[in-house]
Amino acid sequence: MDETRNVKIQVKGVSKVFGKNPKSALELRDQGLKRPEILEKTGQTLGLSNISFDVYEGELLVIMGLSGSGKSTLIRCLNRLIDISDGDIIIDDEHIPSLSVKELLECRRRHFSMVFQNFALFPHKTVLQNAQFGLEIRGIAPAERDKTAREALTQVGLDGWEDAYPNQLSGGMQQRVGLARALANDASVLLMDEAFSALDPLIRKEMQEELLQLQSRMQKTTVFITHDLDEALNIGDRIVLLKDGEVVQIGTPEQILTQPADDYVRRFIEGVDRSRILTAESAMRPVRTTARNGDGPRTALHRMRENSVDSIYVTDRDRHLQGLLEAEEASRAVDAGADTISDYLTQDFRTVTRDEPLQNLFAMFSEKSFPIAVVDDEKRLLGVVVKGAVLDELARAGDQ
Amino acid sequence: MEIQSIPLGDWIEGGLTWLTTEYSVVTRAISRVTQTGIEGLNAGLMWLPVWGLLALVALLCWKAASPRLAIGAAAGMALIWNLGLWDPMIETLTLVVIATLVAVVIAIPVGILAALSNRLYRVIMPVLDFMQTMPAFVYLIPAIPFFGIGSVSAIFATVIFSMPPAIRFTTLGIRQVPVELIEAADAYGANRRQKLIKVQLPLSLPTVMAGINQTIMLALSMVVIAAMIGADGLGSEVWRAIQRLRPGDGFEAGIAVVILAMILDRLTQSLTKSRR
Ligand SMILES: Nc1ncnc2c1ncn2[C@@H]1O[C@H](COP(=O)(O)OP(=O)(O)OP(=O)(O)O)[C@@H](O)[C@H]1O
Ligand SMILES: [Mg+2]
Repeated sequence: MDETRNVKIQVKGVSKVFGKNPKSALELRDQGLKRPEILEKTGQTLGLSNISFDVYEGELLVIMGLSGSGKSTLIRCLNRLIDISDGDIIIDDEHIPSLSVKELLECRRRHFSMVFQNFALFPHKTVLQNAQFGLEIRGIAPAERDKTAREALTQVGLDGWEDAYPNQLSGGMQQRVGLARALANDASVLLMDEAFSALDPLIRKEMQEELLQLQSRMQKTTVFITHDLDEALNIGDRIVLLKDGEVVQIGTPEQILTQPADDYVRRFIEGVDRSRILTAESAMRPVRTTARNGDGPRTALHRMRENSVDSIYVTDRDRHLQGLLEAEEASRAVDAGADTISDYLTQDFRTVTRDEPLQNLFAMFSEKSFPIAVVDDEKRLLGVVVKGAVLDELARAGDQ
Repeated sequence: MEIQSIPLGDWIEGGLTWLTTEYSVVTRAISRVTQTGIEGLNAGLMWLPVWGLLALVALLCWKAASPRLAIGAAAGMALIWNLGLWDPMIETLTLVVIATLVAVVIAIPVGILAALSNRLYRVIMPVLDFMQTMPAFVYLIPAIPFFGIGSVSAIFATVIFSMPPAIRFTTLGIRQVPVELIEAADAYGANRRQKLIKVQLPLSLPTVMAGINQTIMLALSMVVIAAMIGADGLGSEVWRAIQRLRPGDGFEAGIAVVILAMILDRLTQSLTKSRR
């Protein structure tokens, strides 16, 4: 992740005690007691303990943890559906805990949309009216909110269902309505509490893909909760791992997988850890197109365009890997009137053999993120591995 | 040794006397308004020809419920007319309608407040229990010093007697709205008024309607009893039959009450169901 990204939300030392006397519980916490002891001594539950992290503008941050780890509590603290006991939460430069009731309503309207595990659609409202809800609350004119809500429904693929009632829809469709309600609202942050957990696996996968597409289109700051590692790896830019109300690790999917902070994380990714026996071959895809080193630059460019890629591996007759040609370089070659591309190749890419452990591949994806070339002993090109495929492969291993 | 009985009755009487003298201006104003309302509605319903009202009710039943109810209602009302009880039936209906309107207008806001405030809830629920377990006749007694003998007293007693279910069901309906939906409304920044109007009230409507249905039924039973303090209508037909020892007349009037009750009940029930 780029260090210069703007911070959207700062969570600073947040604790939440469910009970009448949070101070006493926090004091015990400071003496080093854990959740069960505090519960026994004070009858209060330490829901969250000293949580700190940032959410960057436009990122999709996943909060992951087992049941009871405090995920729902944490996400509800962000928009103050739950009041925190200690710490501070800052969005842009508003301090959420110190907002007045009126300011809080204003802040929720401007900043937060929310999607719920059990959908929480209004049964007495049509799909369209549900999608309009946030706008209605904000007092947007009927014509405008109608238009915006219809667009949102189109985005989630629900045209034609505007006048249906939620109980006429399948679970997957209901959650699309929930998503449309959130998107139509156009708040600056999207909060999703186990939004896909109630859906069956196929629909769930589909919704994940859709969310990713929406995300790449809209770059909306999203906090997504799940207890499912597969889901977290699949969609998260970064993952915050919670355990018993505490943060155990924050990092990219790769960091979590390759450098688990402790045994808890390790156990969490245990299934996935079979990646040690997974190799580059399992994630390898056939090369869609290559160029020969004798090809002219126009031919190479044409192939790139045909396959919508912006770089291409170059081999000789016997598929021995010669180098990589970037589209820019190819254009330069055309401008220079070069006959062949052989002088314009770069060696700035990574090659692995087919039995390289999959885990090691993460580190190899450089900023430009060329596909990694998989070659045999004689440097013949066998296939390529793209970043997404590695995660997919690992996640699938985690499933088994 | 003799135990002195507590002069509870004296206290209550004293209180009532004080109230009636102190607030006679208010009671007289209420009396006048209510009387005007009763007379107006009564005159309106009487002005309609028998077949006109009959057709109107049948149409309403048809639209709101079923052709079956429409036919039944028409037949029942024709029977009442045939028995010569049309005018008393109209008088009873008038009292029921006005008492229900007043009761509902008071009950729904009170029910909403009790649903939203735990403290009020704790105060109101025992009061409702008290109101509902107190024998119905007892309300007739204080009505007289306030409003004298007649229809206004009947309305007063009926409103008090029939209000509790409307309050209770309104409170229940609002409290039953799933917390997730309240949370969703909160999450999108709804204020209390928006939450109430856009979420809580629409979702509690069926329950509220069930309460209103009960209120109507109680109002009907009380209006009949209120014949004892001079309310006109089917009740006074029964009352007269008792005094003259004519059971046949009494039963005829009783059957008219049953028919009216069934029409009102089915009609309000189907109004509840036809809403989503
Ligand atoms: N209102 C409450 N009062 C008391 N304890 C609570 C309350 N809400 C949550 N808790 C406790 O706080 C802890 C964290 O709960 P939370 O719902 O945040 O977990 P979660 O990670 O979302 O779990 P799940 O995956 O089951 O949804 C649990 O031990 C729970 O029992
Ligand atoms: Mg949860």
